[in-house]
Amino acid sequence: MKENIKISVQDLHLYYGDNHALKGVSMDIKKNSVTAFIGPSGCGKSTFLKTLNRMNDLVDNVSIEGKVFLDGDDIYDAGVDTTILRKKVGMVFQQPNPFPMSIYDNIAYGPRVHGIKDKKTLDKIVEQSLCGAAIFDEVKDRLKKSALGLSGGQQQRICIARALAVQPEVILMDEPTSALDPISTSKIEELMEELKKKYTVVIVTHNMQQAVRVADDTAFFLLGELVEFGDTKNLFSYPRDKRTEDYITGRFG
Amino acid sequence: MKKKAKMNAVELTAKYIFTICAVLAIFAVCSITVYMIAKGTPALKSVGVLKLLFETEWKPTASEPAYGILYIILTSIVGTAASVLIGVPVGLLTAVFLTEVADKRLAAVVSPAVELLAAIPSVIYGLLGLMLLNPFMYKLEKIFFANSDTHQFTGGSNLISAIIVLAIMILPTVVNVSASSIQAVSPSLRAASLALGASKIQTIFKVTVPAAKSGIMTGVVLGIGRALGEAMAINMVAGGSVNLPLPFNSVRFLTTQLVSEMGYAEGIHRQVLFTVGLVLYIFIMIINLILQKLRKETDEDE
Repeated sequence: MKENIKISVQDLHLYYGDNHALKGVSMDIKKNSVTAFIGPSGCGKSTFLKTLNRMNDLVDNVSIEGKVFLDGDDIYDAGVDTTILRKKVGMVFQQPNPFPMSIYDNIAYGPRVHGIKDKKTLDKIVEQSLCGAAIFDEVKDRLKKSALGLSGGQQQRICIARALAVQPEVILMDEPTSALDPISTSKIEELMEELKKKYTVVIVTHNMQQAVRVADDTAFFLLGELVEFGDTKNLFSYPRDKRTEDYITGRFG
Repeated sequence: MKKKAKMNAVELTAKYIFTICAVLAIFAVCSITVYMIAKGTPALKSVGVLKLLFETEWKPTASEPAYGILYIILTSIVGTAASVLIGVPVGLLTAVFLTEVADKRLAAVVSPAVELLAAIPSVIYGLLGLMLLNPFMYKLEKIFFANSDTHQFTGGSNLISAIIVLAIMILPTVVNVSASSIQAVSPSLRAASLALGASKIQTIFKVTVPAAKSGIMTGVVLGIGRALGEAMAINMVAGGSVNLPLPFNSVRFLTTQLVSEMGYAEGIHRQVLFTVGLVLYIFIMIINLILQKLRKETDEDE
């Protein structure tokens, strides 16, 4: 296995009951890069994202075949503790979903459930995480206030900070800007540039321009299949597959 | 144009009907309040506030009558508090179990069963308490007080029986209100917690239940209200003597006081019973004010 591969997926199939939702997806995701998944609604891109931290385990009736290696270890092995996996592979959701508690407690939540109690350590983690999500300056005077009082864009960055606080290696983002205004969106896109220096970022996006702007690699999904995967510039400039070309030129989707 | 006028007539009529209904409700609350105060205060004057509220001797029909209801007030407070202390944790955990832990088929059986508890008439609870709890309490009583000269044997009709019956009776309120507020917590909060590597139990107790706290508090307060206002069931199991609320004493609650004596009371005795009703009414009002305050606070939080 190559050194710079963080996640390697091999022939992954996923079924919702009888519905074959992912059909033999294989993909290598590079370390310290941004990888984007694009495709029309219902193509399986979000479902595939959630197989990477096993959030699909929570859905009834799901069965999964195939292998997903994180640093060479199969995360679907019988002995894998999902809480440890999810600590390594953090997630940011489509809708900003801060907990109904203070900003500080939101960020400290993850470290606390993983057993960190020391106030000074927590203070430090909270500050670092908020800085990492480029929101520290905006909220430093109101850490004890409810996170629900912030704007949508700020809330989403709180959620990113919350994910950073458990010191993950990979950050999955499921359409993180689809509920946000353009200014908040561009802030989060800038943030991704920063984040990939320390983390491996995987993002699902509805917005092809966003993929062009932020992603090093892009994967195009259609009807549960991975149609094409490769360097973002190449994929958008010289799509190898007719379906990719049709999609990126706006002929469907 | 004519059609429009007709529409307006319908709208207006509807509006008046709604207004009349609302006024009726307000009128009912106001008239009850006024009536309770008008009927409940004279005894405070004729007997004296201190003698009535802060003395413990209750001999309404003696030649030198005494109307101290302190024990009765205390019994209601202690009995309600204890039943809530038992009923709320059990109810909350049941709600958590039903909504978060149990698989769907099991929940589909347990959930209606809990709802059925709410539909059972309180006199049935009383009967069961009478048939099952009291004999058991009597056995315990005989063991605990075997060598006691001072204990007045009750045959098992005591405070504990009443507390247990009340705790069971408030369960459906606590369970149903808590469960629906836990269900109303956005799945995305649970997902966020799990995605941070929290376990299911951590997620339940650190995110889901706190996020549902306003609804849970509502359930608790409604439960308190139900326990405080219950008369029939505890009238059957609590014994009914006016005593200090100790576990194995036969006791009398504010509600059972009214039930057991209103039928024959006359004169000052009757006035005092109205005062007992007023005290109960004030308690219930306080509970409701707390409830509204809680709701306001949690609204502001969110």
